[in-house]
Amino acid sequence: MPEMTLIEAIRQGMDEELERDKDVFIIGEDVGKRGGVFRATMGLFEKYGPQRVIDSPLAELGIVGTGIGAALYGMRPICEIQFADFIYPAFNQIVNEAAKMCYRSNGDWTVPMTIRAPYGGGIGGGLYHSQSVEASFTHIPGLKVVVPSNPRDAKGLLKSAVRDPNPVLYFEPKKGYRLIKGEVPEGEYTVPIGPAQVSRPGKDLSVFAYGMMHYYTLQAAEKVAAEGIDAEVVDLRTLYPVDRETILASVRKTGKALIVHEDNLTGGYGAEVAATIAEWGFQDLDAPVRRLAAPDVPGVPFSHPMQDWFMPNPDKIAAAIRDLASF
Amino acid sequence: MEKREHLDLYFQMVTIRRLEERAAELYQEGKIGGFLHLYIGQEAVSTGVISARQPEDRIITAYRDHGVAINCGIPARVVMAELMGKATGCSKGKGGSMHMADVTKNYFGGHAIVGSHLPLASGLALGDLYQHNPRVTVCMFGDGATNIGFFHEAVNLSKVWNLPILWLCENNQYGMGTAVERASAVPEIPQKAEGYGIPNSRVDGMNIMEVREAALEIIKKIREGGGPYFLEAVTYRYRGHSMGDPERYRKPEEIHHWQENDPIGIYRRYLVDRQLASEEELNQKDIDAQTEIDEAVQFAESSPEPAPESLYQDVFVEP
Ligand SMILES: Cc1ncc(C[n+]2csc(CCOP(=O)(O)OP(=O)(O)O)c2C)c(N)n1
Ligand SMILES: [Mg+2]
Repeated sequence: MPEMTLIEAIRQGMDEELERDKDVFIIGEDVGKRGGVFRATMGLFEKYGPQRVIDSPLAELGIVGTGIGAALYGMRPICEIQFADFIYPAFNQIVNEAAKMCYRSNGDWTVPMTIRAPYGGGIGGGLYHSQSVEASFTHIPGLKVVVPSNPRDAKGLLKSAVRDPNPVLYFEPKKGYRLIKGEVPEGEYTVPIGPAQVSRPGKDLSVFAYGMMHYYTLQAAEKVAAEGIDAEVVDLRTLYPVDRETILASVRKTGKALIVHEDNLTGGYGAEVAATIAEWGFQDLDAPVRRLAAPDVPGVPFSHPMQDWFMPNPDKIAAAIRDLASF
Repeated sequence: MEKREHLDLYFQMVTIRRLEERAAELYQEGKIGGFLHLYIGQEAVSTGVISARQPEDRIITAYRDHGVAINCGIPARVVMAELMGKATGCSKGKGGSMHMADVTKNYFGGHAIVGSHLPLASGLALGDLYQHNPRVTVCMFGDGATNIGFFHEAVNLSKVWNLPILWLCENNQYGMGTAVERASAVPEIPQKAEGYGIPNSRVDGMNIMEVREAALEIIKKIREGGGPYFLEAVTYRYRGHSMGDPERYRKPEEIHHWQENDPIGIYRRYLVDRQLASEEELNQKDIDAQTEIDEAVQFAESSPEPAPESLYQDVFVEP
């Protein structure tokens, strides 16, 4: 199997979907000639032309709104939001239009649209180029939300998102674009939207994470393994709909749960996982459910040390694992 | 204008240039991180406009904001410290390059969400209208920003409510890698203001005296109750959109063409030709600016990192 980076896998996924279905097209700011600010769409403009890799004016509401309209028409738009932080001008379109269309039309109108957005800190982007916005969308029924943590899933989930007849938000851990490498199967495959995956089986406690934090959690699990703590790591991958079965099965096995995300704590996705475990897995618990998340401050500060204090990392995750394991 | 004032404006422009050249080097050395958008080439716009404001008039801009910060009176060392994320920076390291601000200088900051600060400008101006303060808000933004909804809402309501705002569009020909005519339905950007019934004009943004004179007159009219005005400053950024821009969207000849109209060079010639300043005096200002930046770098490098508890500070103020 060829090894590639996260961003190469995303690009390959888009490339293959553009090739497979002529109704698939990309729309976003500087996605054409420039190949996107992170180079996610590099080469696609040259290959598929300006009709299918469309440079848009600086207008997120317009990008997403147009995507919704084209999706209603039956096209398969992939809308790129340059940074997840810039998705909010399009929030109305996503929440009030995309999410509700199927429901209000009794399934007659569907919105087969994918919105890709790089999220997260760790690259010095500061307050408006670092945010994790997933919880703003996992709260909205009618939207699917996925966050890949490795190249294989990134490509497979992207293909599922493009083919899904519903709106899918696809958040990409930008810090991991070139840092995260992994094998990607040759030939056609998809990774279904929905199932989480046990990425490291263990028996002492369960750690639930996604995206960049999943990558870090695997590193943390190796650290503590050397100390005799056998952590099970679950890559949530799809945040909505939530895979309760896999979460609860893991807690049944280990009796302890830690949830890790880099979004801030209050009202973050970890709250939903914790509530799921409390409601349906209470009798399996040997310890309180724990969350490790960014602090409740309004943004990721620019200064390098402040960013480090803000972000969970392998050391902080390892410390949280030790703490829970010793309960 | 007095000679002293000319020399001061010249000094500001050179200070911005030197500051940003140094910042680019520090970025390459890894001492400045994140995203860095340089203003090099556009110095005449903010220097000219801000020289035309009264100290009580407000300035608000986008993320290409180092020059504006200098023009508003933030010391170069404080700007440099912020660029390095130090505790002595103007937002104590929280903001970095894109978020310079100092409300005590009526500088309401750099803003990184494109267009998002335009409605804020409307609100600042509404405050003045409401309280009968004869002040003007100067809102600066790029050509690209005129394509997002924020712009249209803010500009429309500024006319409906007759707000005292100068909308200052810095048309540097590109929004990131996208040329104006590829993104704007009307490449003549003042037409957008025309559509909202707002008086408008265009000025050569490479020529500080033209910018300043236009701004003086416009700001006066606005202060007298004339309502919003839209000024387009035609300019050019010599560097990439931000550090690391491969610049595949423009040709070197185009950049060279604009470099021949360097705003600092134009101003220098203007001053010398009219005998408003001598070559020696201007050379001295060049040296002073260099010294200022050398000291700024030293100050920033020797400044402390923010303290750990600062991560949690200033989320709210006490009621
Ligand atoms: C809402 C939003 N969308 C996209 C971006 C990314 N972005 C930053 S600057 C920029 C181009 C802006 O161009 P312009 O307004 O002309 O300003 P210039 O950079 O030329 O000074 C883009 C697309 C952003 N910061 N905010
Ligand atoms: Mg521009």
